[in-house]
Amino acid sequence: MKRVYADEKWCLGCHLCEYNCAFANSGTEDMVKALKDKIVYPRIHIEDTGKITYAVSCRHCEEPLCVKSCISGALGIENGVIKIDKDKCVSCLTCILVCPYGALSEGDGGAVQKCELCLENSCGEPACVKGCPNRALVYEERCDV
Amino acid sequence: MSGYVIIGNGVAAVGCIEGIRSVDTDTKITVISAEEHPVYCRPLISYYLEGKTSLDKMNYRSPDFYSANNCDVVYGRKALKIEADNKTLMLDDGTQKSYDALCIATGSSPFVPMFSGLETVRNKFTFISLDDALSLEQAIDKNSRVLIVGAGLIGLKCAEGICGRVAKITVCDLATRVLSSILDNECAAFMQKRLEEYGISFMLGDTVKAFDGNCAQMNSGQQVDFDVLVLAVGVRANTALMSELGGEVNRGIIVNDKMQTSIEDIYAAGDCSEGNDISLGSKRVLAILPNAYMQGYCAGTNMAGKEQVFDNAIPMNSIGFFGLHAMSAGSYPTKEDGATIYEEKYKNGIKRFFIKDGLLKGYIIIGNVERAGIYTSLIRQKTPIDTLNIDLLKSYPSLAMFSDDIRKNKLVGVM
Repeated sequence: MKRVYADEKWCLGCHLCEYNCAFANSGTEDMVKALKDKIVYPRIHIEDTGKITYAVSCRHCEEPLCVKSCISGALGIENGVIKIDKDKCVSCLTCILVCPYGALSEGDGGAVQKCELCLENSCGEPACVKGCPNRALVYEERCDV
Repeated sequence: MSGYVIIGNGVAAVGCIEGIRSVDTDTKITVISAEEHPVYCRPLISYYLEGKTSLDKMNYRSPDFYSANNCDVVYGRKALKIEADNKTLMLDDGTQKSYDALCIATGSSPFVPMFSGLETVRNKFTFISLDDALSLEQAIDKNSRVLIVGAGLIGLKCAEGICGRVAKITVCDLATRVLSSILDNECAAFMQKRLEEYGISFMLGDTVKAFDGNCAQMNSGQQVDFDVLVLAVGVRANTALMSELGGEVNRGIIVNDKMQTSIEDIYAAGDCSEGNDISLGSKRVLAILPNAYMQGYCAGTNMAGKEQVFDNAIPMNSIGFFGLHAMSAGSYPTKEDGATIYEEKYKNGIKRFFIKDGLLKGYIIIGNVERAGIYTSLIRQKTPIDTLNIDLLKSYPSLAMFSDDIRKNKLVGVM
């Protein structure tokens, strides 16, 4: 399955992936309207070791602890992609309690949000990868997984 | 072939069904469901009363779940007895079911102490099942004064659920703090304050001595008049089927890491079972939903003939009240036990780590709980603290705390 991978060697720490993610999932066509003066809720985030930076988003685990632990049945797997049904989510945050990557977060609408690979939003492919200026993010199938 | 039988129809049963089907897609599975409902999530009943979910959204799996998994569900029936010698069980309508492999996933039941005068109380409820919540909903209105006995997870989630729908809520508990099973004094006080801000009153270190109709006579000498009583003192694992068989039972049905009980071809999973807690290094009942699913899945996989172990169970809870979240995981060794305790306090929260033998053994975080799962994974994976950047660990959960090699490996690999 194709996943988003970060190559920390090339990451500039520019945070554009976060903004592109928030825009792609905003439901609006206008990036300024979507982001300007707003608290944004990206599903990918940049971490910083003090020496280097890299992006972290959902790994779409094959044995996902978040899905197994979800108290409402809101998290599920569809063709390998871990998705959340925001109508069913009650924001108990048990998924945040168990995800070893820190890849789920509270969204703005009373439900948890996570990377769903942009497959169903206006971008149609991971917006973080598409907009990464230094190709530090790639969307590909890797045989070692 | 008699097939697989699962006694119980909760989350552990679903785990078991999905575990079996990961190995064996054909053989029939029979599910004995005491409740008349398809599987739903018990922890959602308070969210239902609060209006954060609805009956149709409470289904844990899609409507075709049982048919898609070739399961035959017997609703409204309890298993009365297991005969291990001829591998059959008897239901409460006298029918017999035979099995090749059996999973006991009977959950737990509310424990109701023998309060004097309890029989004179009108409108009394326990709060563990959907039917409990629906009956409670019928009994309350905006003028109701509600007394909740028990300030644990169940009692307090009930209080939050009905808070906007009743006039007054009083919670009493013999313990001197709320959520005594998962929080220490200071953290508990933090959560209690939030609940009090929303009008919930507490009588801690105090409990009911006797009831006289709908008036509670407290140990302290105080009296509490109420319209509706909720009994949330605690739960007990449903172990009777196994005890009567003579199998090994403590507080729960004893299981090994494959979820096998002491009786051949009988497995147990979920709140009725007692398995290993690796943060404690001994067995205990871990009545939490993630554990129920994972134990059930492990049991099912083994029942279908593929060996699997679930050997990193720990207690862990994510609980929130009126927007304030608390997360806790593992166990909390004290300084006397040889542990180092690291803590930070903020205006709106507390963070506390319990470190012993070079390992993170447990934590409690109130307030900003972002990415706490990274901490939980350190406990479950028994990651040696000296392989981590301790300053980064303390300041903020991120993958930056791991060494370069481990972090790169994590980001390339998939669990």
